[in-house]
Amino acid sequence: MPLLLMDMVLFLIGFYALIAKRNLIKKVIGFGIMEYAVNLFFILIGYKEGGEAPILSKIQGLGIYVDPLPQALILTSIVIGLGVTALMVALCIRIYQRYGTFDIAQIRRLKG
Amino acid sequence: MKGMSLIVKRVTRYTVGLILLFGIYIVAHGHLTPGGGFAGGIIIALSFIHMVLAFGKDEAKKNMPNKLISIGESAGALLFLAIGLVGIAGGFFFLNFFVNKGEPFHLLSAGTIPLCNIAIGLKVGTGLFAIFMALSLFRLAGKED
Amino acid sequence: MLEFYVVMVFMILGALVAVELRGLLSSVITVGAVGLGLCVMFLLLRAPDLAITQLVVEILMLIVLIRATVGRGVSRIHCYSSFWIILSFALFSVVFLAASYMAIKELPNFGQALMSVSDFYIKNALTKTGAANIVASVILDFRAYDTLGEATVLFVSVMGVLALLRKKGRKAIDERDEPDC
Repeated sequence: MPLLLMDMVLFLIGFYALIAKRNLIKKVIGFGIMEYAVNLFFILIGYKEGGEAPILSKIQGLGIYVDPLPQALILTSIVIGLGVTALMVALCIRIYQRYGTFDIAQIRRLKG
Repeated sequence: MKGMSLIVKRVTRYTVGLILLFGIYIVAHGHLTPGGGFAGGIIIALSFIHMVLAFGKDEAKKNMPNKLISIGESAGALLFLAIGLVGIAGGFFFLNFFVNKGEPFHLLSAGTIPLCNIAIGLKVGTGLFAIFMALSLFRLAGKED
Repeated sequence: MLEFYVVMVFMILGALVAVELRGLLSSVITVGAVGLGLCVMFLLLRAPDLAITQLVVEILMLIVLIRATVGRGVSRIHCYSSFWIILSFALFSVVFLAASYMAIKELPNFGQALMSVSDFYIKNALTKTGAANIVASVILDFRAYDTLGEATVLFVSVMGVLALLRKKGRKAIDERDEPDC
């Protein structure tokens, strides 16, 4: 259980970078850290003490396995996170080309 | 972006084929060992990116036409959808229609799972390489980086 | 059990360093270290599929982020965040931690997963699908509809990036100093 609370602390660090920093790339980095924390939370829930990786082999029969269902869901989530981050970075590059800066305070003031 | 030094170019000639082969291995054995379509597809994309980073994008643009990348990605997505829609006449979606699923732990087993892995590997590989080429070809006029 | 705590502390320290560093390139590299710690954590939690995928996704994300930040974020202006933002963040974090503690108390203990649905997948994966990798049989046979949704999201994000970065830009505005916080 302390592991899950430390995971929540990691989520809060990412959230702090998302709201309290003025640089756009720092916000993207905070978003990525929040994603790591959420993915880790699901896999921590599905762990079984003394379990094996969920891959059958010829050597042993049905032993104790770790939960394969959260692993299947988080596999999807990791790859989608990559696509979303690429789209965010493309938006940042366009904003830099248009305004010349990554600072959101100045982007708000410039008009056209 | 410019290419790198001569040593990097010589070594890249040998390692690009090895990385591509490793990516295809992980896609093909997705139902036996860890990995699967997504990880293998990204490794295939990384092998092409390796070549672009070492040789510079001008030389890479000659070897890899735009049409091939977009056709590859669309073909991967449509192939995955077609495998799912095979059983639509009987009311099934994504039915594993192979009756004889082969012996376990062999390469040609598990029905439609290797075919789905190949479709996803093709789609993810070419799609992520297209993202990288779009990001590296976009350059502000008058600013070389 | 000790190795879980060590890797977790490493990840938290790395995240703190990545958020507070001044140069953009350095903080992007530190996020790469946090991702590597996450990959090791997946290996310790017996999830090899996820470890491979997380490692290669981390490499690709570093390449994309470095491409966006090279040469664009090395100014030395010191900036401060507004006082009200930090105060509201402190309040929010206290409420969030208290609520998550009360919710985590209801979950089963660490290491004793319930697995009421996954028992069916583990027992019937080899006979019904013929695949030895249970995770592959879950994402491509038992729950293939979710994989179709993921393929769609990737396709849309690739199209979005290609639509945004289509033609060469005009001449840039004069580069001015930007804050590095």
